Amino acid sequence: MAGSGTAHLRPGDALLRAEHLVIEFGSGERRVRAVSDVSFDVVRGETLGLVGESGCGKSTTGRAVALVQKLNGGSVCLDDTDMAHVSARQLRKARTHVQMVFQDPISSLNPRRRVLESVMEPLAVWGIGTKSERKKRAIENLESVGIDADQTARRRPTELSGGQCQRVSIARALMLEPKLLICDEPVSALDVSVQAQILNLLHDLKRSRELTMLFIAHDLAVVKNVSDRVAVMYLGKLCEVAPPEVLYRQPAHPYTRALLAAIPEPDPDVPVGSVPLTGDLPSPTDPPSGCRFRTRCPRAADRCAAEEPQMREVAPGHFVACHYSLEPGEAHVSATRAVTTDRTAVEGAHEANGGGNLPVDKPAGAPSPTQAASSEAHL
Amino acid sequence: MRLPRRRLHLEFPAATDLEGPILEVEDLHTSFRTQRGLVKAVDGVSFQVERGKTLGIVGESGSGKTVLIRSVMGILPSTAVERTGSVRFSGHDIGSLSPSELRDVWGTQMALVFQDPMTALNPVVRVGRQITESLRKRVGLDRAAARDTAVELLKSVGIPSPERRLKAYPHELSGGMRQRVMIAIALACGPRLLLADEPTTGLDVTIQAQILDLLGTLQRERSMAMILVTHDLAVVAGRTDEIAVMYAGRIVEQASTSVLFSRTRMPYTEALLASIPRLSEPSHTRLRAIPGRPPDLALLAQGCSFAPRCAYVQDRCREEVPPLRTAGPGHRFACWFPVGSPEGAEALASNLQAHLPAAEALAASTGASAGATAPAPSDGSPATVSTSKAGGS
Repeated sequence: MAGSGTAHLRPGDALLRAEHLVIEFGSGERRVRAVSDVSFDVVRGETLGLVGESGCGKSTTGRAVALVQKLNGGSVCLDDTDMAHVSARQLRKARTHVQMVFQDPISSLNPRRRVLESVMEPLAVWGIGTKSERKKRAIENLESVGIDADQTARRRPTELSGGQCQRVSIARALMLEPKLLICDEPVSALDVSVQAQILNLLHDLKRSRELTMLFIAHDLAVVKNVSDRVAVMYLGKLCEVAPPEVLYRQPAHPYTRALLAAIPEPDPDVPVGSVPLTGDLPSPTDPPSGCRFRTRCPRAADRCAAEEPQMREVAPGHFVACHYSLEPGEAHVSATRAVTTDRTAVEGAHEANGGGNLPVDKPAGAPSPTQAASSEAHL
Repeated sequence: MRLPRRRLHLEFPAATDLEGPILEVEDLHTSFRTQRGLVKAVDGVSFQVERGKTLGIVGESGSGKTVLIRSVMGILPSTAVERTGSVRFSGHDIGSLSPSELRDVWGTQMALVFQDPMTALNPVVRVGRQITESLRKRVGLDRAAARDTAVELLKSVGIPSPERRLKAYPHELSGGMRQRVMIAIALACGPRLLLADEPTTGLDVTIQAQILDLLGTLQRERSMAMILVTHDLAVVAGRTDEIAVMYAGRIVEQASTSVLFSRTRMPYTEALLASIPRLSEPSHTRLRAIPGRPPDLALLAQGCSFAPRCAYVQDRCREEVPPLRTAGPGHRFACWFPVGSPEGAEALASNLQAHLPAAEALAASTGASAGATAPAPSDGSPATVSTSKAGGS
């Protein structure tokens, strides 16, 4: 997996088009290629979910799209303007169209400023409106993200909870009415209950303000909830791009399948499978040849070491970069069989039955009586 | 130089000699004196952990989970703390032990895996020495034997090329690796009870699955008891024997894992379960967030502390604290209008009529998902859980 290519880009006027992005850090021996030939596009009103493990380059990609990361190759086009060819002044102006919400809600706000000052700041930087107008806009925005401005606007970030800080960050990011909102792991530092509040808020804002979003996260369940299209990233490359329903029902890439299997189900009757992926991400200083996932891939063959897979369309709108992608019918079976060592035959049989044929809106398989029994036996 | 083994102050019976639970916590209160008043972080908690079993403790940030774990370990700060109640571990009352006696408990009997592997490891000491420290001082191994044991430990927690890793500093390891090192340190002296405080929060889902599997395997191999603390019910669903749900310093529901999920009584447990985004739901499904946020433990109002956020709330909830009631063998809950009871259904209906936001959110989410999953009923979905509740019990 983890291949190159641009087959998944859509013709027409995308709001954002990133092509062949290459971003490197360091120099000489220790040169790290954090992002290596990644291409994607986002059309207006769409939410693209970007998923991957820590260190796969998803945040760096987000920074590149936010125009705050120097590129070593490739281009970022916003509204059909290639940002590589604009003046510094235009670039600065263009950054107002792309705003970001960061992972750690508390440290992304200045601890010495009051909430209202932080939210007014973007307007002050650009000299928009008078001070009282800026204040009015800031209060409106705070109210729209569910913050009681009367009580909270005069407070400092340390007096707020993580969820409230994240709301303030969102209000601040929306002050300049950006064309694209980049959310970099906005909920991974929050409790599940608060996470649900923030996800619902983003959903409402997207509808009321017709937001276009790039949503970066490592949790596939969260990404599924917010996205219209999902891109899976591994070690600086894209593996698979598809609408969420398709991606979750029929993952074509072994890595996507492994990521899906790792999500814990809030149901004690679903047996906990064995770990589908072993080890950590290989070092990006010395990535494996050919397909970058082959060192952890249950299906790796000689061809994977020699030849880098290119993005290809396996179904309408479903793109994968893998030489031996999983077929819809066998997807779950083969991946699970290949990587598990200690499953009982009953569970294996269940996977075979439940894997591809069910009208799956329950990926790990809702518990059948046999399965419940086998899971008890398993424990 | 060989360190003399420290003389033990306490006697611990061999694992096979003891019967009954390894840990018994009885009416534990831990409060902090602050400028804002007394913060009741743990407010009357009782539970037991059987040998070789796993207890999950679930709650939001600020529900008192970490303070509870620290009270059990006896590692609370020495000033401004008020602590009452008893923590009995293998027949010893942790609260009455002197610091030197406590040191006989830590590591060899009871060990803790901290939440944040970044800050819990010493950044200027090599990983190897952090693992061997307790082996040399507690178990009294010589340098070579301690090193060999450390290599074995790193191998057992799944760290590749362990000899090389012994010489690494924590910053040279990834987050998952650091958490494995933390687990290796906790297991070094073969504890009988392992406390894991949010061991996978902040890690990737793939690494989370690896770490949880590892804890499960090691627990079975060593027949340890374990307390797994988390804010995510999904994490503990498949990996615990029993779960206690905490809210505002109290246990509000406790049951065996399967009963807790299938016969939920406490509205808070129900709400926590419903707020988890599920792969089985179509995208853009509206999540049932719990409105509001956990109460300030310094300013607890009278009545049930979940009342301001509850969909079932009635006047009685705002006035009287519900006691822990028994719903079945090993199933306790604290609620006047429990989920799945006629009183609860009535309370919810009257709140719906009064347009209480929490009740409307509950009705909207269960109504929507019931429609969506109607053609293919699945056991685990919140829709069927709530319909079965509405129908029976």
